[in-house]
Amino acid sequence: MVSAPVQVAPPVQAPARVRRLPRWVAPVAGVVAVVALYVAFRGKAVLPHDDDAAVFHWLNDARDWVDANRNSSPIFLYVVNYLRLGVSEIYTLIQGALVALGWPGLIGLAAGLGWLAGGWRIALVSLAGFAGVGVLGFWEASVDTLALTLSAVVLSLLFGIPLGIWTGRSPRVRRIVTPVLDVMQIMPTFSYLSPIVLLFLIGPASATFATMIYAMPPAIRITSLAIQRVAGVAVEASESLGATGWQTLRKVRLPLALNTIMLGVNQTIAAALSMVPLVALIAAPGLGVDLLRALARVNVGAALIPGVAIVLLAIVLDRMTRAAAQRRDGGGRARVVRWGGFAVLTAAGLVLTPVLAQEFPEQWHVQLVRPINDVVEWIETHWYTFTGFVNDVVAYGLLNPLQDVLTSAPWWLITAAVLVFAWRVSGPVAGVIAAGCLVGVAALQLWQHGMETLTIVLVASVITIAAGLALGVLAARSRWFAAGLRPILDAAQTMPSFSYLLPAVALFGNGRFTAIMASFIYAVPVVARLVEDGLRAVPPTVMEAAKSAGSTDRQLLWKVQLPMARGSLLLAANQGIVMTLAMVVIGALVGAGALGYDVVAGIAQQEDYGKGLAAGVALVLLGVMLDRITQGANGRRSPHKKRNA
Amino acid sequence: MKKLRLIAGVLVLGLSMAACGGAKVEDDSAAAPSASAAGSAGASAAGTVKIAINGWVGYEASAAVVSYLLEKELGYKVEKVTLAEEPSWQGMESGDVDVIIENWGHPDLKKKYIEEKQVAVEAGSTGNKGVIGWYVPEWMVQKYPDITDYKNLNKYADLFKTSESDGKGQMLDGDPSFVTNDEALVKNLKLDYKVVYAGSEAALIKAAKQATEQKKPLLMYFYEPQWLFNQVKLVKVNLPAYTEGCDSDPKKVACDYPPYDLDKIVSKKFADTGGKAYELIKAFQWTNDDQNAVADDITNNGMSAEDAAKKWVEANTAKWQAWMPK
Repeated sequence: MVSAPVQVAPPVQAPARVRRLPRWVAPVAGVVAVVALYVAFRGKAVLPHDDDAAVFHWLNDARDWVDANRNSSPIFLYVVNYLRLGVSEIYTLIQGALVALGWPGLIGLAAGLGWLAGGWRIALVSLAGFAGVGVLGFWEASVDTLALTLSAVVLSLLFGIPLGIWTGRSPRVRRIVTPVLDVMQIMPTFSYLSPIVLLFLIGPASATFATMIYAMPPAIRITSLAIQRVAGVAVEASESLGATGWQTLRKVRLPLALNTIMLGVNQTIAAALSMVPLVALIAAPGLGVDLLRALARVNVGAALIPGVAIVLLAIVLDRMTRAAAQRRDGGGRARVVRWGGFAVLTAAGLVLTPVLAQEFPEQWHVQLVRPINDVVEWIETHWYTFTGFVNDVVAYGLLNPLQDVLTSAPWWLITAAVLVFAWRVSGPVAGVIAAGCLVGVAALQLWQHGMETLTIVLVASVITIAAGLALGVLAARSRWFAAGLRPILDAAQTMPSFSYLLPAVALFGNGRFTAIMASFIYAVPVVARLVEDGLRAVPPTVMEAAKSAGSTDRQLLWKVQLPMARGSLLLAANQGIVMTLAMVVIGALVGAGALGYDVVAGIAQQEDYGKGLAAGVALVLLGVMLDRITQGANGRRSPHKKRNA
Repeated sequence: MKKLRLIAGVLVLGLSMAACGGAKVEDDSAAAPSASAAGSAGASAAGTVKIAINGWVGYEASAAVVSYLLEKELGYKVEKVTLAEEPSWQGMESGDVDVIIENWGHPDLKKKYIEEKQVAVEAGSTGNKGVIGWYVPEWMVQKYPDITDYKNLNKYADLFKTSESDGKGQMLDGDPSFVTNDEALVKNLKLDYKVVYAGSEAALIKAAKQATEQKKPLLMYFYEPQWLFNQVKLVKVNLPAYTEGCDSDPKKVACDYPPYDLDKIVSKKFADTGGKAYELIKAFQWTNDDQNAVADDITNNGMSAEDAAKKWVEANTAKWQAWMPK
């Protein structure tokens, strides 16, 4: 019997000790200092919540001024009101056109466009997707949603693509536009509902503006990237032939960039669709209304079905634009087939429109609400002890103590701690910005609610990142696991987040933990994906070298893969946190309180308007702070998009 | 010279814009009928009525019956706009809402939108009597008989503690948009409680049912008319009695909610041009029991709002025929 080797020395040697303080001393000293200061100053210089702060009144007055001058101030008469009229006219036009097509016509047109974009497969996807929406019983609401999405997308592209081209060609413009786009995307979508309603009142026009803010950045970013990528040789060749700048743009740059720009269109559509549930809060018609109503009735089945309808629309539009973005070759004959198919399918639909019924036939509807609710009821009655226990453990074990600390610590101590921490992690600029954001929250008189929100975000982020890391590592190590996980993640990512709120409510009742669970489902896919991608990107040669040096699997993971994937892991953490913030706010609709509640109340009650508006700004500040702390560590973020609502 | 021409051009442009008078928000309402006409191609010519739907089922019941009559008896098309209470009033200004079918008080909004902006008008009582208050499940009153007096609430605060209430007793409220003074009440009556918002009417109902079945302590905001009172016994907690004007300053309220005479609000435009639809809505008036019957069918008997309305309409012909315009 051969005795086992006593102990294999770890293959990666710790660096030889240098004669200076060990690296852990500074952080530990920092933590000790913060704890000591906290103990000494606990309960002093806290900023308790005051519903009556001067800032809120000031904002209320501003609102009253706008209300009083809506029909007399020149800014409104000549600018804002025209914008509102114009946009609502565009929506009405698109909505009218879609309705006029009738349901067979619209299904035919969708199939035709699918054919045009990518042949019979995509045509079939479009056909099935649009018909599916009808079968679910949400035809009319889906048409409204589609009209709203299309008007927002058309406007986003109308402004986004030229702006993208400009940004792509001028580094100076790029420097100005990029931070603005950053903020537009970090900002929780909830937070700009109030100001938009103030300017444009409730209704489809406001909804279109709110959607545009979220959907435009991808169009600008990706167009800019596409223009930058156009090979210099092609541009030079064109210029040397004497083409003017405009000709070069039109004949060389744009055609070469077209496929990438189509991807931008794809991302814009996805972002616009994700706003559907949220804009229902400001009286936009469509599927979001059904989601909100189901939420008010705590009816899980009724919330899932419109969610599925949104997913179907998203899939169809995604596949269509993705196929259109692929470079196609083929001669005149292929073109004839493409346009011929388009014409035939569209015409077939249009011909059927007058023949078939006006409304989508009711006998084709599938009833799914009841069976889903039966399952939910069973789970509620049988799992309640368990879920109640989990809820209490997290609430009493994590949420309450953390919240106690954050709300009882002096505000200057938290700000200073954030300053130092962000400085160390992401550099001085990030440190100053992060601390500045906190000071802003304090100045808005929303410190306490801000800290309560931060508590929920931190706990949710920790849970999300831990789970995402575990799932990502497992997926990177086992192809079987990865293959099984992928469809689940896909589903969780495409489903509108409002739809998760209810199963979470059903399981855990109303409260902060429900918001945490909903944000968990929403953010985990992105975290898991980024971790998996990062681990898989570790070069095989490095892995081989480590293996041949005798590393165990465990050592391989901890000493080689994870350190080498640092960039992806940080990005995963950043995305996890930012997405959690976006979602936790929505949790206010099911009793999670804090800033999210202030925003909802601000839309709903007029004396709370100012507080709601200020809370929206505070959310933006928290978002920017968390983003700056986590993203600076490894340079710029990838253009990966957080999805919202 | 060139500059001068430019200035002149700008001036002309400016003048022509001034001549147009700019865009006022009501202009939108002129565009609205054309929009709805395009939307309802083929529907009857009577027109479209936009009814706001607020977030409680009693409201929906009233809206369902009125919509049913508008559509089936008068040939109108009804557009339901799901909204919180205050945005519904704003919808009267923006042209998105014609009718609020069940309004709870809101003197401040009446002042703003009816008196000052003159975009809305009152359309009379719905006949429903509204009560808002604090409730506990009946078993608690049997166990703690003095709990119905607010002065004793602090004694029992520990019972109502939850993970969400910060170590105080939990006072459960509904949707942030509901009429509520509860935060001010807790503060001004010096109660050791924290107001926690469940988010919706359904969440309140769920909590009430659970508290009754599992004998869990619960103190919550609730209101009548409500079908739940047919199923679950709740007892009202006595707050300091309401006197005229005791709730005029929302920050200093220390008294119970007033009795509400629920009424209907319509947009000025609708009152002027709504024709038969407006007459029907003005005449609509029923009782709490009527509303509860329809609300109960919608919530507990699995009926769609339309079916529940149909059932009530078929069983109460005499009542609704009195509302019909002559």
